[in-house]
Amino acid sequence: MGTAPTPAAPSRAGMKKELPERFKSYKHVWVFIEYEHGEIHPVSLELLGEGRKLANKLGVELAGVLLGGNRAALQEAAVQVWEHDADLVYICADPVLEHYRNEPYTKVMTDLVNTYQPEIFLLGATVLGRDLAGAVATTLLTGLTADCTELAIDDEGSLAATRPTFGGSLLCTIHTLNFRPQMATIRPRVMAMPPSAPGKKGRIIEHAAGLHEIDIITKVLRFIPDRDSNKAQLAYADIVVAGGMGLRSPENLQLVRALASVLGGEWGGSRPLVQKGWMDADRQIGQTGKTIRPKVYIAAGISGAIQHRVGVEGADTIIAINTDRNAPIFDFAHFAVVGNAIEILPALTDAFRKRLSVNRLAG
Amino acid sequence: MHIVVCIKQVPDSAQIRVHPVTNTIMRQGVPTIINPYDLFALEEALRLRDRLGGTVTVLTMGPPMAEDSLRKALGIGADRGVLLTDRFFAGSDTLATSFALSQAILKIGETWGVPEVVFTGKQTIDGDTAQVGPGIARRLGLQQLTYVSAISEVDLAGKSITVSRRAEGGVQELKTALPALITMLEGSNEVRRGSIGDVLRGARAELVTWNAAAAGITEMGNCGLRGSPTVVKRVFAPKARATKAVPIETRERDAETIAEDIIAQLYATQPALEAELLRTAAGY
Ligand SMILES: Cc1cc2nc3c(=O)[nH]c(=O)nc-3n(C[C@H](O)[C@H](O)[C@H](O)COP(=O)(O)OP(=O)(O)OC[C@H]3O[C@@H](n4cnc5c(N)ncnc54)[C@H](O)[C@@H]3O)c2cc1C
Ligand SMILES: Cc1cc2nc3c(=O)[nH]c(=O)nc-3n(C[C@H](O)[C@H](O)[C@H](O)COP(=O)(O)OP(=O)(O)OC[C@H]3O[C@@H](n4cnc5c(N)ncnc54)[C@H](O)[C@@H]3O)c2cc1C
Repeated sequence: MGTAPTPAAPSRAGMKKELPERFKSYKHVWVFIEYEHGEIHPVSLELLGEGRKLANKLGVELAGVLLGGNRAALQEAAVQVWEHDADLVYICADPVLEHYRNEPYTKVMTDLVNTYQPEIFLLGATVLGRDLAGAVATTLLTGLTADCTELAIDDEGSLAATRPTFGGSLLCTIHTLNFRPQMATIRPRVMAMPPSAPGKKGRIIEHAAGLHEIDIITKVLRFIPDRDSNKAQLAYADIVVAGGMGLRSPENLQLVRALASVLGGEWGGSRPLVQKGWMDADRQIGQTGKTIRPKVYIAAGISGAIQHRVGVEGADTIIAINTDRNAPIFDFAHFAVVGNAIEILPALTDAFRKRLSVNRLAG
Repeated sequence: MHIVVCIKQVPDSAQIRVHPVTNTIMRQGVPTIINPYDLFALEEALRLRDRLGGTVTVLTMGPPMAEDSLRKALGIGADRGVLLTDRFFAGSDTLATSFALSQAILKIGETWGVPEVVFTGKQTIDGDTAQVGPGIARRLGLQQLTYVSAISEVDLAGKSITVSRRAEGGVQELKTALPALITMLEGSNEVRRGSIGDVLRGARAELVTWNAAAAGITEMGNCGLRGSPTVVKRVFAPKARATKAVPIETRERDAETIAEDIIAQLYATQPALEAELLRTAAGY
C-alpha cells in the first residue's frame, strides 16, 4: 500500500478562518446580465435560475446587473430579468458602455461591487464574461472559479463551485473562503433555462458610471458580425446530429447534415474533424468546443472520449451509432445502436423525411 | 521592441491517467509540453519581432524542470528565457500566479527594457481558466486585449496597436495604446519550426533563473497558497450514469428497420417530440 499516488489537491480544508470583518456585510447573489446588440445572452438567464436557488438557500436577494449605452433599452431588458425571478436589477447606462470594452466595464463592475457588496457574483463563461470576470476579480483581489458545472451552498454558507479538471476525467470543488464576493463563471448551456414568469415585477437601482469617453483608451473601430449566424445556434439547438472519425471521409459529413436538416436541427462533430479540416472549429462539440443541451443528440461514429462527453451530457436523449459495442459512448448514451453509421444515417434521414412529410399532408 | 511571452509547461493531457481506485491524478511519467495555446502567442511575438526588430523574452513560472519548455521556445526562435521558480509559488491559484508573473515582468522590464507587448495564450489545457492573462493586464495596468485573432498595426512611435478580437457574435476591431497584454486565439497563425541553429542554441543557452527574491518579490503573502483566495476542497470522479443504454437491435436487420425502431423508441421516451418536429417541418 506504500505506492498510493499523491493526492491531486493540496488540502487546505483546515484553513478556514473566520471571514474578515470587512466582508461580513457582503450579502445577496448577483448575476451579470450580458446585454449586447439589444439582446440578453441566454446564459445570463440560465444563471438567474441557478442564482435563485443559491439566494433561496441563503435567504438573500437575487439581483441582475445590466450595463449598456441606452437607459430606456436597459429598463426594457430589466423586465426580462425580473421575469426570470430577479428581485432587483442594477442598471448602469452610459454612452461609454454601448459596446463592450474591458476597461469601462471593469471600472463600473468593481464600483458596483464595492458599493453594494454582493457575497456571490456569477458570470457566463463567454468570451465577454471571461474577459470581464478575470479583470474584475483581480482588481477586487478575490477568488474566481472558472467554468463551473455545479454550484451549491455548503453547511457554512459558502459557495461550493464544482468544475471539471483534467479534461473532465475528474471534478473538483473550489471555495473562496476568506474573500468576497465569491466569483464564478459558468458556460452557456451547462445550466438549464429556468421558466419565466411573465408580468413578474421587481426593483431597479440606477448607478451612474461617471465615465467620459475621452478617458477610455481603447476604441472600437468596427464590429464585423459573423456571417453564418446559424453556427452560433449550435449550443441552443433542440436537435443536434454530430459525426466523428467513424464517418471515415469528409464527404460522409453530408449524411450528418442531411439528417440535421430534415429534423430542423443543427450539426457538429468531434474535435479530430476540425483538426483534419473537415469542418469549422465553431462546430466542434465538447470541452474545448460547444456545450450543447438539446432534446435529442445523435452521435454517429463518435467514440465518446471524456472531452466529448462533458459537452453533451446535458442532452435529454442521446442516441449513439457506433460499430464498436464497447465504445465508451455507450456508457452515457440512452440508446445504443451498434452498427454502421454510413448506412444507418441515410436510412434514418429517409424514415424521418417520410414521417414528417406524410403527416404534414395528412394534417 | 521588447516582447514578453508567458508560457506554461503542462502535462500532455491526452496521456493523463486517473488512478481507478483512489481517483487521483497519476503524474509520474506523464510527458510535459508547452501549453499548445501558448505557441500561437509565441509565433505572433516572433512575427512582430521579425517585422519591427527587437527581442522576445519567454517567461515561465514552474518547477525547475519547466526549463525544458524555455529551451523549446528558444529552439523555436525566442531570444531569452526566464524561469521563475520558488517553493513559495507552490499551490498558486490564478490570482497568485498573475501576481508572481507580473512582478517578474516588471523585473524583466528593469533588466532588459520595458516590454511594449506581453503575450499569453488564450488558456491552458490543465487549469483551463483563461484568467491569468487578464490578471497580468490588471496588475500591470496594461491595456487588455483577449482572444486576439490578428494584429493589423503596431505603431511604436505613436504607441498604439490595432487588433481584431473575437467577441460574442462577431469580430471587434480595436485600437488601443501600448503597452498592451494580448491573449492570442488558437489557429490565428501557423507555428514555425525553429532553425537548426535556434534548436542548438536553445539546448545550450544559459537560462535566467529567478527565485522570488531575485524577481524582486517581497510580499510573500501574495504568493502560492497564502496568496490564493481559492481553495480546492475536494477532487472526485464524475458519477457514472445509473442506467445503461437501451440497445436497439441491429443484428440481421436492414438499415430501414433499424431506423424505424430508433424513431419508435425515441418518440416513446419523448412523447411531445413528434408534434414539435412536425411543427418545425411545416415551418411554424
Ligand atoms: C485537451 C483536449 C481537449 C479535447 N477537446 C475535445 C472536444 O472539445 N471535443 C471532442 O470531440 N474531442 C476533444 N478532444 C479529443 C478527444 O479526446 C477524442 O480524441 C475525440 O473526441 C475522438 O473523436 P472521435 O470520437 O470522432 O474519433 P475516434 O476516437 O477515432 O472514434 C471513432 C469511432 O467511430 C467508430 N466507428 C468507426 N467506423 C464506424 C462506422 N462505420 N459507423 C459507426 N461508427 C464507426 C469507432 O468504433 C470509434 O468509436 C480533446 C482532447 C484533448 C487532449
Ligand atoms: C484542476 C485545477 C483547477 C483549477 N481551477 C482554478 C480556478 O477555478 N480558479 C483559479 O483561480 N485557479 C484555479 N486553478 C489554479 C490554476 O490552474 C493555476 O493558478 C495556474 O497556475 C494558472 O492557471 P491556468 O492554468 O488556468 O492558466 P490560464 O489562465 O488558462 O492561462 C492563460 C495563459 O497564462 C499564461 N500562464 C498561465 N500560467 C502560467 C505560468 N505558470 N507561467 C507562465 N505563464 C503562465 C499562459 O500564457 C497561458 O496560456 C486550478 C488548478 C487546477 C489543477
